[in-house]
This record gives sequence, C-alpha cells and structure tokens, in this order.
Amino acid sequence: MLGLALKMLFGDTAKYLMLILGLFFATFLIAQQSSVFCGLMMWTTATLTNVPAPIWVVDEKVEQVNETNPLRDTDVARVRSVDSVEWAMPLYSGIQRVRLQSGSFKIIQLIGIDPTTLAGAPVKMIEGRLEDLRLPNTVIIDDLAVKRLAKVRGQTIKVGDVFEINDIEARVVGICEAMNSFTGGPYVWTTYERALQYTPASRKMLSAVIAAPRAGFTEEQVVEDIRRTTGLKAFVNKSFNSSPHDFGTSTIWWYVKNTGIPISFGTTVIVGFIVGVAISCQTFYAFVLENIKHLGALKAMGASNGKLCLMLIVQAFTVGIVGFGLGLAGTTLFAMGALKNEQPPFYMSWHIPVFALAVILFICSLAALLGIWRVSRFEPAMVFRG
Amino acid sequence: MTSNPDPVHLANHAVRLSGIVKSFGDGNSRLTVLKGIDLDARSGEIMMLVGPSGCGKTTLLSIMAGTLHADQGGVEVFGTRLDKMKSAHVTKFRAQNIGFIFQSFNLIPTINCAENVSVPLLIQGTPARKAEARAKELLAAVGLGDRWHHRPTQLSGGQQQRVAIARALVHEPRLIICDEPTASLDAKNGTMVMELFDTVAKAPGRAVIIVTHDNRIFSHADRIAQMDDGQIVEVHDVDKSRPPELHH
Ligand SMILES: Nc1ncnc2c1ncn2[C@@H]1O[C@H](COP(=O)(O)OP(=O)(O)O)[C@@H](O)[C@H]1O
Ligand SMILES: [Mg+2]
Repeated sequence: MLGLALKMLFGDTAKYLMLILGLFFATFLIAQQSSVFCGLMMWTTATLTNVPAPIWVVDEKVEQVNETNPLRDTDVARVRSVDSVEWAMPLYSGIQRVRLQSGSFKIIQLIGIDPTTLAGAPVKMIEGRLEDLRLPNTVIIDDLAVKRLAKVRGQTIKVGDVFEINDIEARVVGICEAMNSFTGGPYVWTTYERALQYTPASRKMLSAVIAAPRAGFTEEQVVEDIRRTTGLKAFVNKSFNSSPHDFGTSTIWWYVKNTGIPISFGTTVIVGFIVGVAISCQTFYAFVLENIKHLGALKAMGASNGKLCLMLIVQAFTVGIVGFGLGLAGTTLFAMGALKNEQPPFYMSWHIPVFALAVILFICSLAALLGIWRVSRFEPAMVFRG
Repeated sequence: MTSNPDPVHLANHAVRLSGIVKSFGDGNSRLTVLKGIDLDARSGEIMMLVGPSGCGKTTLLSIMAGTLHADQGGVEVFGTRLDKMKSAHVTKFRAQNIGFIFQSFNLIPTINCAENVSVPLLIQGTPARKAEARAKELLAAVGLGDRWHHRPTQLSGGQQQRVAIARALVHEPRLIICDEPTASLDAKNGTMVMELFDTVAKAPGRAVIIVTHDNRIFSHADRIAQMDDGQIVEVHDVDKSRPPELHH
C-alpha cells in the first residue's frame, strides 16, 4: 500500500514537482537566511576573534565590543592590581579612514596593541613578521585589506607598501588572516601609541584593557574580581552562550535587541514558512481532492482509514524529505559561494538544518492532516455516486 | 455468526436481505428510500437489480456491500451479519469477500493497469510483486495481457472496464458488486464486458449482483429483481433459451 502511495505521488508529476519546489524554497529561504543572519551576528564579534585575549575590560556602560566608551589610562594599572590578573594591557580599537592614492577613502578597523608583549596581535600571519610591528610607522594588515587598500582597484597591496591613515604614513610589514568585521572594514594592527597618533586626539583614548587570569583562577573568577575591585565591566572571551559574562554573547544580544536585523531576517524566514505552507498544503490538498474518488474507491474496496492515513502521511513526508534535501543542497551551494567570496556572511550551526527540518515536517504534517481530514469525511458509499 | 449452519443454505444464499429500511435527511426533508426490502442472491448466479432512476438501487447495493448502514433490517453475506458488525470489521470483510465494479471505472490514472488490478491484493497485505504477477494473469483473462504496463487513460472505455473487472476478481471474492457497469459504454463494448461477466466473473460459489437500467444486457442475468419506489416489485428467473423481453 505504501508503494502504491508513492506510485500515485510520483505518477502525478506536475503536483509532485510543485510540492518539491514549494518545500525546496521554504527550506532554502529558512536555512540560507538563518545562516546569513548567524554569519552576520558572528561578524559583530569579529574583533573578539581577531584580538585574542581571554578577558576584556571595558567601561561600565559598554554592552558590546563595537561600542567604545574610552577608559582612563590609569585603568590599565587598576586592572593589573587585581590579584587574580596575570597580565593586563591597553588596547585601542576604533574605526579610522585610510586615504588611497586615488584620493578615495576607505574605512578600516584600527587595532592598537602593546608593543612589548604584542598581546592582542593577529593569530595567524600569512606574510611578514609580527615583531616588525615594533619598527617605526608600521602596520600589519589583514587579507581583506590586501585588496581593499590597493592603490588601483584589482591590484593588491604588498609588504613594504605604504598608505596613509588620517594623513600619517603607515608601512605594511605583515599580512595576517582575520575574520571580516560587521562594518566591512579590514583590520589593521599597529602599536597602541601609534594608534593614538593615527587617531584625532581626544581626552580619553583607551578603548579596552585586555587581560589574562593568573594560573589557578578561572576566567569567570577574574572577571568577578575585576568587576568588584575596579567597578569596570569585565567580560570573558569564549564562545556564544558559554558564560553569562561572555562578551560575544553580550554583543550578539545587543544587536538582536537594538537593531532591525533580526526582524528583517525573521521576516524572510516567516515568508519562507508561509510560502512552504501555502504552496505545499494547497498543492497537497489539490492532490488529495483529485484523488478523492480513488481514495474513496480504496475505502470501499476495504482499505482501512488507518491505511489511507498512512498513505497520505507517507506521501506528504516523502515530498517533505526530498524538498528539504534539495533545499539544503541549494543552501550548501550558496554557502560554498559565500565562503569563497567571504561575502555575504554565512554561518550554519547544526541548529539551523534541524530547525528547517522541523519546520518542513510541521508543514508536511499540516498537509497530511488536511488530506486525512478530507478523506475521513468521504463515505465509502459515495463511490457509487459519480 | 451464522444463524443457520445448514451447508446447503450457505451454498445457495450468498446475500440475504430482510426488512431493509433506509431513509435520508431529517424532519420535513426526510426521504425514505428503501421501504422494507427482502431479497436473496444466490451463489453461482448473476442477479440484476433493475428499475427506474431514483428508485433506490444504488442505495440497496451499498447496503449489501456494507458501505452503507441500513436503518432497519438484516444484512447477511455468506452467513455473516454485516449489520451486527463493527465498521472496522465490515471494512475488513469487504477487503476479503467483495469485488467492486463502478460505472465510471474508478481506476487510478497515475499508475499502470497491472498496479491498478493488484490494489485489492495490496489492501489485503499481499507483497507488491506477487500481487502484480497475479494481476497480470487476470488481465490476460480479460484479454488485456499485453496492456498491463499501460495507464488506464491510454485505454478505451471498454478496455478500462475490463481492467476494472480484472481488479474486482483478482482477490477471488465471493461477491461481486457492480453499479451500472455498462452505462458508460457503447453497445459493442457493453456486450463484450457482459460476455466477460458470463465467462470470467460468474463462478460456482460466487454471486454477481449488477445494478442496471441497460435493457440490452438483461439476457445475461440468471435472475432479475425489479425495483420501484424503494420496494422489490418482482423477482423472476430468466429463461436463457428465449430472446430477452423488455421490462418497462
Ligand atoms: N446520501 C444521500 N443523501 C440523501 N439522499 C440520497 C442519498 N443517497 C441517495 N439519496 C436519494 O435516494 C434516492 C435513491 O437513490 P439511488 O439509490 O441512487 O437510486 P438509483 O440508483 O436507483 O437511481 C434518490 O432520491 C436519491 O436522491
Ligand atoms: Mg444508481
């Protein structure tokens, strides 16, 4: 009987393809949009990935890493004086403008780190030496900057090349790997002192203090200690939702709560859901209506309601699984393109396909229920009536 | 389940209806369609149920088939009281004992003829491959052995009804129920279908009941039950040696 159900389904090619198409689009829209959303949220925390420090200390009012509310210079020493702190270094982080030779301006994310310890330096160098950052007027740029800050579009910038940040010379001594930032600007590292020179002067310039716990103390303990003794806000820098004091988590929630981003992506996901429900339920119902005479005949011939229900469930879930599979394959193709171009942001955690599958199965259940409802209303005696 | 274990009785009486009453609707619009019907159908016979349109033939047929419940009266099919059974059991009984033939064939258009014919076996849980092999035998028996892989829509009306006959017989039911099997067919195809009833469907131990108002086929009946306005007005044997006479 289940084989018969599948034959009936595949036999109606037009409706079968329509069902697959509807569920394909639903899966694709849901999975792709959710992944781009998550990718974008990851980008908001790019600085935390690119500047690897276990603990970040910022001003009391700061809620997310892209917001700067400078600290006093003396705050570095205050953090250092906390017992459980192994080391603490100043950090500058800010958006600055680079003037290209063509005269146009590009935005960069400028990072200033302590020159002695190089705490907060890029994790992976592609070219050049990290230590050369100690030479005068030097910077290390990321792989995005290589293209973005080129003199002429289409060319690249190399180690030894020079550009200007706010009219001050910057010589490239290294190229590193870095995660794309939310603002789209490439990352440029320099020393803390030089970062202040590149930046128009203001009263307070210390964006954050980065620190590490002393052996025997957990990061959470140190964060508590810093909060208690300095009154500053301290965060751990782990992964999303790993701790109530995680800076990345706090950053992502800030964007979720304070921007329209979740709404615009959420809308597309809901559209995907509605498209799926509309096309699939309506097509499946049409499929059942078209077959109602035959399903009724099966009922008259002695097929139980249970068997007919099972047939409808098998049909609905077969198109569901096929549509979901194709939708996920489509999303994967999209992801391959996105990862190759590093645009748009894309991050698919395992939750996303599971969520999409749940939605698709929900849609299929709805469609099957609709069909079951229709078939159960069909009396077998009705088969004799035209 | 059997009220009378007499083997002769069982062999002869395939269907026994007694005092069947059936109404539709409520209150003022209530319409009594069957007004106390007693009727027997015997094994090894083709019985036709004839009468003007709207007199209740299809309703009576549905009650015999167990697809419709009578308001009153007894329905006994091969010794089993359908009116006393739970509907799930009636459904199972139908699957095992009754073959159906409809006026509009009711073949599934998206699957081929062999698959269509195998449906009653699939309903009983026979594996698909075995069911299809048996279906092909039946298709051969109705003269469509070489057309098993065609879809119903690729066949003429007469051929489709032959496929439907094969489907009605594939699980070797003891009762065949047909509602106007020739009404959608021209004279030539109607005759061909009725000849199949004589040669393939009719068998010892099996009863065939055909509702029809097609007087061209009356001669194929062993007995004719004449209905009018919800009642059986006459039941008579057909003398096959004489040319068919018309019933008004
Ligand atoms: N489900 C139903 N609801 C209401 N009236 C019905 C129903 N089925 C049949 N009838 C009525 O019962 C009468 C007999 O119908 P039917 O048995 O189909 O007659 P026949 O097959 O002899 O033409 C008709 O008047 C028909 O309108
Ligand atoms: Mg009728």
